[in-house]
Amino acid sequence: MTDTTEPTAPSGGFAYAPAPQATDVVDIRSSYGLFIDGEFVAPEGDGFRKTVNPATEEVLAEVADASPADVQRAVAAARRAQTEVWGPMPGSERAKYLYRIARLIAERSRELAVLETIDNGKPIRESRDSDLPLVSAHFFYYAGWADKLGYAGYGPDPKPLGVAGQIIPWNFPLLMAAWKLAPALATGNTVVLKPAETTPLTALHLAEIIQQADLPPGVVNIVTGAGETGQALVDADVDKVAFTGSTAVGKAIQRSVAGTAKSLTLELGGKAANIVFDDAPLDQAIEGIVNGIFFNQGHVCCAGSRLLVQESIAEPLMERLRTRLSTLRLGDPMDKNTDIGAINSAEQLERITALASAGEEEGATRWSPACDLPDRGYWFPPTIFSDASQSMRIAREEIFGPVLTTMTFRTPDEAVAKANNTPYGLSAGVWTDKGSRILWMAQQLKAGVVWSNTFNRFDPTSPFGGYKESGFGREGGRQGLAPYLEVTI
Amino acid sequence: MTTLLPPGLESVPEPTATDAQLRRFLHGLPGVDQVGAEARVAQLATRSIKNESKDWALDLIIRMIDLTTLEGADTPGKVTSLARKGLRPDPDDPTCPPVAAICVYPDMVADVARITAGSSVKVAAVATAFPAGRAAMDVKLADTRQAVADGAHEIDMVIDRGAFLSGRYGKVLEEIVAVREACGTGPDRAHLKVILETGELATLDNVRRASVLAMIGGADFVKTSTGKVAPASTRPVTMVMLQAVVDFRAATGTQVGVKSAGGIRSSKDAIRYLVLVNETAGPDWLTPDWFRYGASSLLNDVLLQRRRRTSGVYEGHDYVTLD
Repeated sequence: MTDTTEPTAPSGGFAYAPAPQATDVVDIRSSYGLFIDGEFVAPEGDGFRKTVNPATEEVLAEVADASPADVQRAVAAARRAQTEVWGPMPGSERAKYLYRIARLIAERSRELAVLETIDNGKPIRESRDSDLPLVSAHFFYYAGWADKLGYAGYGPDPKPLGVAGQIIPWNFPLLMAAWKLAPALATGNTVVLKPAETTPLTALHLAEIIQQADLPPGVVNIVTGAGETGQALVDADVDKVAFTGSTAVGKAIQRSVAGTAKSLTLELGGKAANIVFDDAPLDQAIEGIVNGIFFNQGHVCCAGSRLLVQESIAEPLMERLRTRLSTLRLGDPMDKNTDIGAINSAEQLERITALASAGEEEGATRWSPACDLPDRGYWFPPTIFSDASQSMRIAREEIFGPVLTTMTFRTPDEAVAKANNTPYGLSAGVWTDKGSRILWMAQQLKAGVVWSNTFNRFDPTSPFGGYKESGFGREGGRQGLAPYLEVTI
Repeated sequence: MTTLLPPGLESVPEPTATDAQLRRFLHGLPGVDQVGAEARVAQLATRSIKNESKDWALDLIIRMIDLTTLEGADTPGKVTSLARKGLRPDPDDPTCPPVAAICVYPDMVADVARITAGSSVKVAAVATAFPAGRAAMDVKLADTRQAVADGAHEIDMVIDRGAFLSGRYGKVLEEIVAVREACGTGPDRAHLKVILETGELATLDNVRRASVLAMIGGADFVKTSTGKVAPASTRPVTMVMLQAVVDFRAATGTQVGVKSAGGIRSSKDAIRYLVLVNETAGPDWLTPDWFRYGASSLLNDVLLQRRRRTSGVYEGHDYVTLD
């Protein structure tokens, strides 16, 4: 079946031509102040820090560093708004504002997705198809609860706590802002939010949306800055501290609030087991493993970073996984066909690099597909460690990067024992065709979320949170209301 | 390529295996999770194919089309006209490649073969009491032999879905083996495409089992659908079939092609199939020898897109021929 008119493929088979997402949909200002009492204001001091595009190392904007005095100003605004406006407002009225914010986010989703990718380094495919739809869905979901709090199971008329200080990480900047803001606002609390210092931009554009939605001044305040700003917020006159980030910082925060009346929820690190039995739907399990650890460059607290494979299928499964990894497309996050984007910061890249070297020194077998890393920016290739054991650092410590550690097990009991043998307990995955085993495993696993035959699947209706050093408190679902209410029963 | 045998395919049964042996083997293949398969397909549908890669894709799609008419009302005039279209899809553009094959009912083969003789365009015939396949075995074989005798290069047979769904895998296999024999022997024998009619098999597990069964029987291609049952080809079904042929090659060394037929009407959809082939089976399957579309209206949409890429404007339907 030969043909005389056979055209030659662009080099190497079906090479996709560059498909860059247009970036002119977003207008990045050169400088951003603090969002306090409904307005962008200059910080008290002259502290500003630069935020860069991690894919190019290009400076995007300078962003204010809030001092303790700035934080106190924001908290005072939040306090006033809570007692005078937002707290007394009927839930049905609060809901209208939340619905408006949700709709505005959906309408401006392309702009926000582009901005998220520029500031964070994640592929536009993910910010467009995963982050942004979840952000507006979260506001829509909690808007629905605002006038139904008496039916949530927390007493007939549960009261808000007051002012919430919320500190969020850089891995899903806008989504984490939504997870924090939506339930706090729905329940009648006001908020001072501190985004991560490497990814402040989408939260600041969310502040514009909040202005556009005519939210009463002071209900949401956004203070940018690094660790000192966060510490100032924890120490300020807030009723509630909610933190998502590293376990070390979470512990420090818990020490700070100990002995105070402040209520606390922590969503910290993870080292999730993704457990594949020999009767698993193999091709889908491969996709689930890839999605589990390479989604968002592995910058996911619930990432499936420990692959536990039943020994009888370990070799063919690993071979398939390597073949599949060779098809991942690493590069310009703004290209619509990119699967793996940039590491968020030089600091994080250093940490991943150091832990990966430790894995090699400890004797695990390291493998990455052949892939060209761009010259500028922060990049790490998708990496698998096979022949790892429980005692290695790469099997115990959270790497927070595109690095998968694989181990084997022989029986379901052994899988459970190894999966639970970690100081963390945020999530787990179970791959098997046997329904009864899925249910049994879900009972045994000490993890806040157990996915079966899928991974990294999120929905605003589903509670999310950890056991052990992964923190406490739940975000999402009816359970996500509790951390922001005076629960009377 | 893979050096380890894919799970479930460590030992592939002979075509003479019993129902029980086949059942044990087919039900030991790894399962397919429908939700996960659909999620993967949806993710691949977001691939954005632009500029020169789109040009390349459009030409490849034309070269992969089995241009099809399968109507009770088909006449020598209709199939002749279609065959001429297949040889020169765009009369204004000599660089436009011909299609892979013209696919017709067996009694129309001779009419098509007269037009396509001497060209690269093959004649494909849907034999074996297409589309239901509900006829006696000797009728199906006679149908096949007549089509081959009249000049068909490719036979698109249907499997006995009733036998498959009732677990009589041996019966299904026996028919495939017999039709393959009726296709002739030697290098010039007719190639056999085995239509699974996945719309009737219903589950993706069944699609994978039927694909492997067809390959054991000697299929050169596994094909999704007749086009007479809804749903016809879908991308999740095609992905599972692609995974099956990749595994089968890893297990046996024999490469088998995949044909997606029915319901693919737009260039955009066809490009999504091409992406699926590229990222599931890899470049080895990205040629008309190993992947085909069974389609009729798809060709004109591809031609319109192709003309838009050269002229810069999207021309009306009267700039492509209706045959």
